[in-house]
Amino acid sequence: MSIEIKTTSMEPIRHTYSHIARRFGDKPATRYQEASYDLEAKTNFHYRPQWDSRYELNDDRRTAIRMDDWYAVSDPRQYYYGAYVGNRAKMQESAETSFGFCDKRNLLTRLPEETQKQLLRLLVPLRHVELGANMNNSKISGDAVATTVSQMHIYAAMDRLGIGQYLSRIALLIDGSTGKALDESKGYWMDDELWQPMRKLVEDTLVVDDWFELTLVQNILLDGLMYTLVYHKMDAWLATQGAEDVSMLTEFMRDWYKESLRWTNAMIKAVAGESEANCELLQTWIDQWEPQVYSALQPLAEASVGIDALDEARAELSTRLKKFGLQSRGVSA
Amino acid sequence: MAVQNKKLNLKDKYQYLTRDMGWEPTYQKKEDIFPHEDFEGIKITDWSQWEDPFRLTMDSYWKYQAEKEKKLYAIFDAFAQNNGHQNISDARYVNALKLFLGGVSPLEHGAYQGYAKAGRQFSGTGARVACQMQSIDELRHSQTQQHAMSHYNKHFNGLHDAAHMHDRVWFLSVPKSFFDDARTAGPFEFLTAISFSFEYVLTNLLFVPFMSGAAYNGDMATVTFGFSAQSDEARHMTLGLEVIKFILEQHEDNVPIVQRWIDKWFWRGFRLLSLVSMMMDYMLPNKVMSWSEAWEVYYEQNGGALFKDLERYGIRPPKYQDVANDAKHHLSHQLWTTFYQYSHATNFHTWVPEKEEMDWMSEKYPDTFDKYYRPRYEYLAKEAAAGRRFYNNTLPQLCQVCQVPNLFTEMGAPTKLSHRQLVHEGERYHFCSEACCDIFKHEPEKYVQAWLPVHQIYQGNCEGEDVETVVQKYYHINIGEDNFEYLGSPDHKRWMSIKGEKPADENQDAA
Repeated sequence: MSIEIKTTSMEPIRHTYSHIARRFGDKPATRYQEASYDLEAKTNFHYRPQWDSRYELNDDRRTAIRMDDWYAVSDPRQYYYGAYVGNRAKMQESAETSFGFCDKRNLLTRLPEETQKQLLRLLVPLRHVELGANMNNSKISGDAVATTVSQMHIYAAMDRLGIGQYLSRIALLIDGSTGKALDESKGYWMDDELWQPMRKLVEDTLVVDDWFELTLVQNILLDGLMYTLVYHKMDAWLATQGAEDVSMLTEFMRDWYKESLRWTNAMIKAVAGESEANCELLQTWIDQWEPQVYSALQPLAEASVGIDALDEARAELSTRLKKFGLQSRGVSA
Repeated sequence: MAVQNKKLNLKDKYQYLTRDMGWEPTYQKKEDIFPHEDFEGIKITDWSQWEDPFRLTMDSYWKYQAEKEKKLYAIFDAFAQNNGHQNISDARYVNALKLFLGGVSPLEHGAYQGYAKAGRQFSGTGARVACQMQSIDELRHSQTQQHAMSHYNKHFNGLHDAAHMHDRVWFLSVPKSFFDDARTAGPFEFLTAISFSFEYVLTNLLFVPFMSGAAYNGDMATVTFGFSAQSDEARHMTLGLEVIKFILEQHEDNVPIVQRWIDKWFWRGFRLLSLVSMMMDYMLPNKVMSWSEAWEVYYEQNGGALFKDLERYGIRPPKYQDVANDAKHHLSHQLWTTFYQYSHATNFHTWVPEKEEMDWMSEKYPDTFDKYYRPRYEYLAKEAAAGRRFYNNTLPQLCQVCQVPNLFTEMGAPTKLSHRQLVHEGERYHFCSEACCDIFKHEPEKYVQAWLPVHQIYQGNCEGEDVETVVQKYYHINIGEDNFEYLGSPDHKRWMSIKGEKPADENQDAA
């Protein structure tokens, strides 16, 4: 026996919007499809931007990369806004539990002063790198064409702001929410020799004009080395320094980075796979930027887990790039 | 920030979690990192004076927004499952959604892109973060609107290709050119245009009437979206007010620049709202309030109070607001009678209002409706009854700035067409009003670029010589389904079949 609720059934006259049907056929579409494809204006723009009259609004010439159709780049996570915030809400819930736990048990205030200082000098200044990543991804989102591409970048922009805020909260746990530790940490970012190559690198990315070059440098090269070095290698090293509890507070970053590999890989695969010319251009950018990223992280690696760890991170990045027909050409230390 | 030993208050804590992550660059020049901050002439002497309009860290943002999304999509699912479209007041209502999806939703997407850009352009981190949050909110609205209307698209015509139409269809160049104008401007003008004029001053006359219309007409999907977006909109309004106060407080030289922007964007917004006026008075079977009442409450009273508040900064109410105030008695009627004639070239239907509706208008517009507009409808109804439903087969002259057909009348002279023209570098340009002509004069190099749909058709840039080919091939308006008179349209027939009033000719949608 089963219960049967009688409802009126109505045959629809079409199953989805015409612009979705043109791509996928007239069949029921996913929420991701209806939220992501062919929504942005493409033609008949009225005025040239006063801030850059070389191009129109939504102009695909804002990068030197050429795609027949930028919608060929899509998100394997199928994130539209609702799916995105739903996922992050879950992630933040467990982060909140960890921060609450550390706070309640005074896990960071109990650390030796020397270890606290190491956290403020070696880990917390990364909040500024995160803000740079936030700015870069916001720029990309404003410049990219195709909502499938641009939306992944505004999600990344907001993620980076969030990660910067989690890093800041580590300092607030240390100083008991006075801001003193954040001031100290910012001092390292501004003046400590350890951070100057990285600060220079971040400032250099802030003047990159080509948005695809920027996503490659920020989301693949810099993150590729930095997230592996800091949140895996350095994390293990911090544990040997008696700061294993900090791992709880950076779990968000590890989960986030693992997830971000999915969309960055899909993006590079589609773009590199499009043409030889794209591949060559990507390779030129990699040749130009990867050594700079490596050098920028060198002092941090040396002051903590050691240069071998950075080389291992580079080997991972190299393997990853190889899958797309791209080479890491950095000189090993 | 100053070293302190006591616990941070909420405001300072939020600043540590946002603007304190920024720093003064030394390896690259600030003007190279923020190259768009100066060219408009706005002087910012101290970004630290920026008051964060709301204090939302990302973890709370994710949490609150996810809760809202969860509830919203539960309603969308229930609406679709139960064929909620059967419960609307009347199928004529869906035409308001067609106007919304083609005219407003693409602006949400443009806002998402514009705020992402602004979220990078300012050197003040607090302002950037506020813009980025608005950016992702606008993306939300753009996407949830697609989802809210998705079910309607399956059962009604005219909603099927909104973004394509937004780029091409003649009347949709009104909203499109408005937003292109804002997005191509510098970051401070963009915020004055969208955050202040659009979101703060005019949102109750744009976004809200559609949502109230949905509430009054049994459209659960759209009204639920409206409620869900309300707290986002509240944030956007707070940003709008903070932006304007901040710019004005920073330097007295900013005052005349901002005043000109307020004048311009008030008028641009007002012209855009003319589409909403006809939606409110004509497209809603259950009417919320008349356009003239809405204008009195939301502009004359609320706007009046706002501009009184801004007086202390040396700001006066927008130029030509007297023209806009006078127009409240005429606007919707002039628009609807125009769209009635051009229904063959729109993705929505038009109709002559029913008798009770005309009586409602007589009551709401005692000085103008019976005198100027009722006779027109009586004439049009008579023509239609005699088998001569009127369509105007010549294309209208469009205003070079607002791109509305030149259909408005002079203030105080409702039978005299308002028309201005001027010659700029050997070319003659036409305008609907003194205000639009003024806007042109200030930035002729911008407005000569306008993509005027009628000119483009005549120049052969729209895939056809004749209106029918343009409408079908270039606009993607399905002839005989999306366009023409409502009575007898496939939408009308299906609706009658839903209501069991008369069997529809095409039996596709029968229950």
